[in-house]
Amino acid sequence: MADLKKQANGEMLQGTLDMLVLRTLVMGRAHGHTIARVIENTSEDVLQVEQGSLYPALHRLEDRGWVRSSWGVSENNRKAKFYELTAAGRKQLVAERERWQQMVVAIGRVLGAASE
Amino acid sequence: MNLRRFFSRPAVDAELAEELDAHLQHEVDDNLARGMSEEEAWRRARVKLGSVRRVRETMWERNSLEWFETGLRDLRYAVRTLWRTPGFTVTAVLMMALGIGANVALFTVVRSVLLKPLPFREPDKLIQLYEKSPNGRREYSYVAGGMYAAWKRAASSVEQMAVYGTDSINLSGTGGQLPEKIRYATCSWNLLPMLGVVPEVGRSFVEADDRREAPATTMLTHSLWMRRYAGDRGIVGKTILLDAKPYTVIGVLPAWFEYPDTRTQLWAPIYHEQSSQMMEAVDNHNFFVVGRLRPGATLAQALSQVDTAEKQVRAMHPTPSTSSEASARTLLDGVVHDAKATLYTLMGATSCVLLIACLNVANLLVARSASRRKETSVRAALGGSRWRLLREQVTESAVLAMAGGGLGLLVAWLGTEWLVQARPEMARAGAIHIDGVVLLFGLGVVVGCAILAGLIPSLSFLRGPLLESLQDSSRATSAGHGRLRLRRALLAVEVGLTVVLLTCAGLLLKSYNHLRSTDVGSATQNVLTMQFALPNARYNTAAKVASFYEQLLPRLRSLPGVKAAGVVTSLPGQGYGGDSRFSLAEHPDFAGGAVQYAIVRGADPGYFSALQIPLVSGRFFEARERLTDARSVIVSKSFARQYLGDEEPLGKHILIKDSSDASQGFEIVGVVGDTLWALTEQDTAMIYFPLYSGNWQNASIGVRSDGDVTMLALPIQKVLAELDPDLPVSDVLTMERSIGRSTGDASFTSSLVMAFAVIALALAAVGLYGVLSYIVTQRTGEIGIRIALGAQRSTVLRLILSDGLRPAWIGLLLGLAGSGFAVQLIRSMLYGTRALDWVLFAEVGMLLVVVAGIACAIPAWKASRLDPMQALRME
Repeated sequence: MADLKKQANGEMLQGTLDMLVLRTLVMGRAHGHTIARVIENTSEDVLQVEQGSLYPALHRLEDRGWVRSSWGVSENNRKAKFYELTAAGRKQLVAERERWQQMVVAIGRVLGAASE
Repeated sequence: MNLRRFFSRPAVDAELAEELDAHLQHEVDDNLARGMSEEEAWRRARVKLGSVRRVRETMWERNSLEWFETGLRDLRYAVRTLWRTPGFTVTAVLMMALGIGANVALFTVVRSVLLKPLPFREPDKLIQLYEKSPNGRREYSYVAGGMYAAWKRAASSVEQMAVYGTDSINLSGTGGQLPEKIRYATCSWNLLPMLGVVPEVGRSFVEADDRREAPATTMLTHSLWMRRYAGDRGIVGKTILLDAKPYTVIGVLPAWFEYPDTRTQLWAPIYHEQSSQMMEAVDNHNFFVVGRLRPGATLAQALSQVDTAEKQVRAMHPTPSTSSEASARTLLDGVVHDAKATLYTLMGATSCVLLIACLNVANLLVARSASRRKETSVRAALGGSRWRLLREQVTESAVLAMAGGGLGLLVAWLGTEWLVQARPEMARAGAIHIDGVVLLFGLGVVVGCAILAGLIPSLSFLRGPLLESLQDSSRATSAGHGRLRLRRALLAVEVGLTVVLLTCAGLLLKSYNHLRSTDVGSATQNVLTMQFALPNARYNTAAKVASFYEQLLPRLRSLPGVKAAGVVTSLPGQGYGGDSRFSLAEHPDFAGGAVQYAIVRGADPGYFSALQIPLVSGRFFEARERLTDARSVIVSKSFARQYLGDEEPLGKHILIKDSSDASQGFEIVGVVGDTLWALTEQDTAMIYFPLYSGNWQNASIGVRSDGDVTMLALPIQKVLAELDPDLPVSDVLTMERSIGRSTGDASFTSSLVMAFAVIALALAAVGLYGVLSYIVTQRTGEIGIRIALGAQRSTVLRLILSDGLRPAWIGLLLGLAGSGFAVQLIRSMLYGTRALDWVLFAEVGMLLVVVAGIACAIPAWKASRLDPMQALRME
């Protein structure tokens, strides 16, 4: 199981984490820990998000203007940095999702053809 | 953007640390919520999240700029290395500062004077038109009023054409101010609008002002307005007295308008000021013509049109003093022509100095890099790339060049200030200042120096095996030959450049000395001069003029301390002073067809003896030769030789073409020695008329005394003020200074180039000394062994000397060859001196050999004194 997780993570297609983060933020502003937990929970723990990838990803998204950040107080009453989607980020998410679905279909076709 | 992120790395990192910490806290909170113990909650959270440090490092690296960071590191390294050798660093920085400073200063002047467009409207369309002088000696000479009119009609490619002339005029004193003689310019009404000059106050001239019968009007320059009228706007509409005649001030020119030179203080309309006779004459050359080209027209078209017109006029008036050729150049060239040769020569000299300074720094760096040979080899062996080593070397020289450049800017600023102060009369001197482009040029020079000085020593990194020197045993070997060859080549180039500078400087200085020692033909020591002009309006009859002089001279001569005094219209060395066409009654038609004009002067009876101009034959003027009785003339020796050959000049009669009493003629009663009107001019055919004829209103006083002649300035001015309190006096100077003014340019250029040459020589000597000292240090062991094995000390001395002098010899030969070309470029600035002066070349060669010999002798002598035991122990 651990191996599978690692594999899934390690081979996560580049940009996929970005997409997942953007998707998570659609539901509203959240800090890094929440984002990681949401992704893990939603994927039923198949996808583990390491902070070694998460934070560089968040900063990258912020640099590109897809999310913006601000310091606030979390539900646990702790200081935390919150991220929220910008308009550009929303647009980007739509584009990424489309691209992803096309790819899934394409890969599905290839795999389907190969199994016959 | 990237740079900003680069510098904000610490802040970003701190924030990230905090963020990660918050993440960890939340994870712990979750774990606690799941019911774990505190300790377990922390442990699991840490395990899950992994290394915080790694995340921070990843982000840190992502935000850094590699080139910038390594650049900074190189810089720190270079500064530290240089800091450790302050002697070398200071020397190198000073050399660079001097070279860069001199260059930037010169460039500032060159740019402001030669390169910047004139401050006029569409200055690239402005041209200046000239006549060639009838005797063909001057390419760009004055234009006759009638010729201007003819050109104006004919030249369709010139949209507008205007004429102006300069003269001096007496500005009467008002409200307690002294009267003064000032330079003023007369121009056709369209000149100012054509140049795009809008008056600061009042109006410009209009066509109606520019007629003989119009009321007299004048415009003040800004400087006169401020100086004399304290910037009072109410001056417009007021009347001032010029040559005792009333003029209405109609406007004030803007401060930036300093044309044709900074000395011109006042403007008036030319057709009002000059007689119509003068403005119609085609052979009386007095003016300058400026034009604006029609869009699309070229200078060549304009020239060919005016030249055609010129030839037509000449065909209609075939007199000897009507010119048959026109010439043209851009207005900018017309304004700066004198400054051009001087400035480019100086620029060449400073470039040489900079190049030598760079080569010297490069040489010192080669020496340093040689002493760090082992270090570089070790680094190369451990995997340091050549590129990296090269970059360090260039960074080091860049630091030197930047420090030198910073200091150099200061030098440049001081130098520019000094240049402007030393040569205030240079064209466009007022426009000289350091601006953005100059700073950019300075930056370019700094970068160039850094690359030049850094790359030369780095050459050895780029070729050949780096590891070789590691294999050299540390004992008793001499330095690699590659580096020595390189340093010798650098030295040879340095010496060569120095030789070029020395020969040029020598020639200029020789020419200047020649000029200074030129005999003007009269006494020059202990002679005081001053000039004045009797205004036409008050001295309106010949009798009034003559009586003024007749009262003045006895008073001058009776002043205590005055040994002799004379009055003439222009003293030797004070300029051309006017000429006249003449013929000889005894020779109605001149054979040989030479142009028949001679320089004319009015002189009082005592003038020649006062100025010690020798009488060759005949007699001087007598006091009775006054007014209409003044029918005699005295001619100069060369006049007699030129026009009368072997004939006896005394008793011959000179007819003056343009004068009203042409028929009578003047009898030659004396022949006197030649005098020069300028040091560089050789026309000495001169006719002197009696001053007491009352026809001469411009006058120069020459007073000779036994001692300090400047003490007499005040008493003489008092005498003049007693006779006429409204008469301004100008140019109160000793004769030597008055003549010296015409050599100012030559003295300035030659002494500056000489200064640069001396600097170059010193740098080259330092370079030779440095290299040889270094070689000796490198070879200490070898020399010690030689001496220990019985080599004579004289042999060692000879060995080292020949080693050091070889680059000097090669450089000398290179330099002499280079000088052969360089002197051709300054040929136009030489007077009475041949460009290829072998004696001078030999002198320079000798000087160089002596200096190089001394520079090499010291290390060679030291080498020969080596104690072998100590030398061998040192290793």
